[in-house]
Amino acid sequence: MKIKLTFWRVVFIVIMGMGLYSTFVRYSHGLGAVSNMSDRFPWGLWIGFDCLCGVMLAAGGFCVIGAVYLFNIQRLHSVVRPAVLTAFLGYLLFIVGLLFDLGRPWYIWHQLIYMNPHSVMFEVGMCVMAYTTVLFFEFLPNVLERFNLKAPIRWIKRIYAVLVVLGILLSTLHQSSLGSLYLIMPSELHPFWYTPALPFLFFGSAIAVGLAMTIFESTQSAKAFGRHLELPVLVELGGALLVALWVNALLRFEDYFHRSLLGQIIKPSYEAYFLWLELALAFVIPISMLSFKKVRLSPNGLYLASVISLLGFITNRLNVSLIGFETYVGHHYIPKWTEFSVTLMIIAMGFALFGVAVKHLPIFPQENHVVEQRVRTKPEPLVGTVVLGHAGD
Amino acid sequence: MSKALLYDATMCIGCKQCEVACAEQNKLPYDDKVAAESVQSEHKYTVVMTKNDKFMRRLCMHCEHPACASACPVGAFHKTKEGPVVYDVWKCIGCRYCMVACAFAQPKYEWHSLNPRVRKCIMCPDRVVAGKQTACAEICPTGATKFGDRDDLIKEAQDRIRQNPSTYLPRIYGLHEVGGTCVLILSSVNVEEYGYPASNKIGDTPMPEYTGRVMEKIPDFIPVWSLVLGGIYWISHRRQEVAAAETAERVEDEGNRSKG
Repeated sequence: MKIKLTFWRVVFIVIMGMGLYSTFVRYSHGLGAVSNMSDRFPWGLWIGFDCLCGVMLAAGGFCVIGAVYLFNIQRLHSVVRPAVLTAFLGYLLFIVGLLFDLGRPWYIWHQLIYMNPHSVMFEVGMCVMAYTTVLFFEFLPNVLERFNLKAPIRWIKRIYAVLVVLGILLSTLHQSSLGSLYLIMPSELHPFWYTPALPFLFFGSAIAVGLAMTIFESTQSAKAFGRHLELPVLVELGGALLVALWVNALLRFEDYFHRSLLGQIIKPSYEAYFLWLELALAFVIPISMLSFKKVRLSPNGLYLASVISLLGFITNRLNVSLIGFETYVGHHYIPKWTEFSVTLMIIAMGFALFGVAVKHLPIFPQENHVVEQRVRTKPEPLVGTVVLGHAGD
Repeated sequence: MSKALLYDATMCIGCKQCEVACAEQNKLPYDDKVAAESVQSEHKYTVVMTKNDKFMRRLCMHCEHPACASACPVGAFHKTKEGPVVYDVWKCIGCRYCMVACAFAQPKYEWHSLNPRVRKCIMCPDRVVAGKQTACAEICPTGATKFGDRDDLIKEAQDRIRQNPSTYLPRIYGLHEVGGTCVLILSSVNVEEYGYPASNKIGDTPMPEYTGRVMEKIPDFIPVWSLVLGGIYWISHRRQEVAAAETAERVEDEGNRSKG
């Protein structure tokens, strides 16, 4: 079989090559050689993006599962499988990212035997571990169906209610706890982002991101695999996204209002620029767009609004984890290229794995044969076609 | 009773003997190059800084309620009853949450090691348990760093301020900051000028309380939220069942009627 070199394949190979080089440096020369982290900036891009954004972008899984199974909104059923796949991959890649960032990753299992219940990090660790297991079981039916194993599917169906409730409970806990991590640093994190409401804001934004991510990945899969786009589903998600964005925007406003910061946030400053960028991308632009019925009913409009809000919430997480510390530290942290390359490699792995899963598993069951046919007649590159909602990294 | 260190900056002559003793005690390299370094690092747990011919020492504050110990997911840090905040390296997974959590930025990291450890002053716990002073206090030629019971040292510091009000600023840094620390500082200039965090910024509330307020709600939150979620699940599915049963009934009724 001849593999054709296409643009995206070359990009993929370059990214993987640079990433593997950085991986080698990371494990042969240590964190100091591979990153610009230092005693002044002990947490860098890998925590800010790979962990915080990764988990946030994988929130689509619990949002969609919650809508379809908890609230029994069956019309959204078609997006469950891709959302669960995205979430499962997201959490797996989050763990991969953690193996890069932890100084002593070979002791990661210590989490299970030396427990400190006072630590937010402990709670996040346990929840992520447990939730990844839940996602494994939510994802498993795809594999079982592929190999026509009916009995285990029945067992999983029997405990599905438990999986649903457990998954949402664990997501509530660790999505919010990622915000709680920063509560212990009131003197370090800039007041624009340090607030006792951090856990609520992190959880609220995870729901908005989950909805936006589902719109993003559905549209992308439609484009990549030539699938029929289920517009009514997207429209419904878009409406929910608009509501979620409003709720989040109001929470942010309330927070600044109660801490009497409204005067400060409109004054230009280094932090204010980043805050404006965040608020514009997360709220102002997507809310304005989605307020038009025309946009809410158009696939392109929904897609664009979702992507912009995703960028906004990514900016938010980076502000909380990186920008918000710069004034306190008195030093700018700019990630080294090797840090970027590891992050890019993990994202690329997510895209590739999504593609492999969609190709071989009944993620989009009704149109499976169509996809296969298309793949056979027109050998599209795996990576090129799959510009998909990978989530985490 | 908890032991502590009182550092009186006005008595310090900047001889750096404490740095030497600390390096020796912790088996760290020490030479002229290290002596010239003015920042703490993984090979320099304490540093004597100079500014306008005045000296200031920095070291781990050994908080009464240490943020590092509360933050560590595997409990690699703990506060001993004698006062020192110590580190169990074999537990550490290297997440570095202690480093970001510490308001005094004391934990440092072996960035270039393949099995890196967190490094900081641990207040010579072996010596303290054995009833001896810390290495730095023992060697200090002027008594600028003094070891003793925390309560006694506080009284002494207050006496010094009372007897020489013109020499000292009327404050003991570490008395109330973040709920109190086991390193107490007396000085004629503000410690903030040497990079210590401002008292009003870090406040008197122990740092672990900020996260504790959220963490303590979790044991209640889990059962309540599970019940709510389970309830929603039951209601939404029950409605579907009822609707299905009603439809079936209606179909049956209509069937009966058409028969009759």
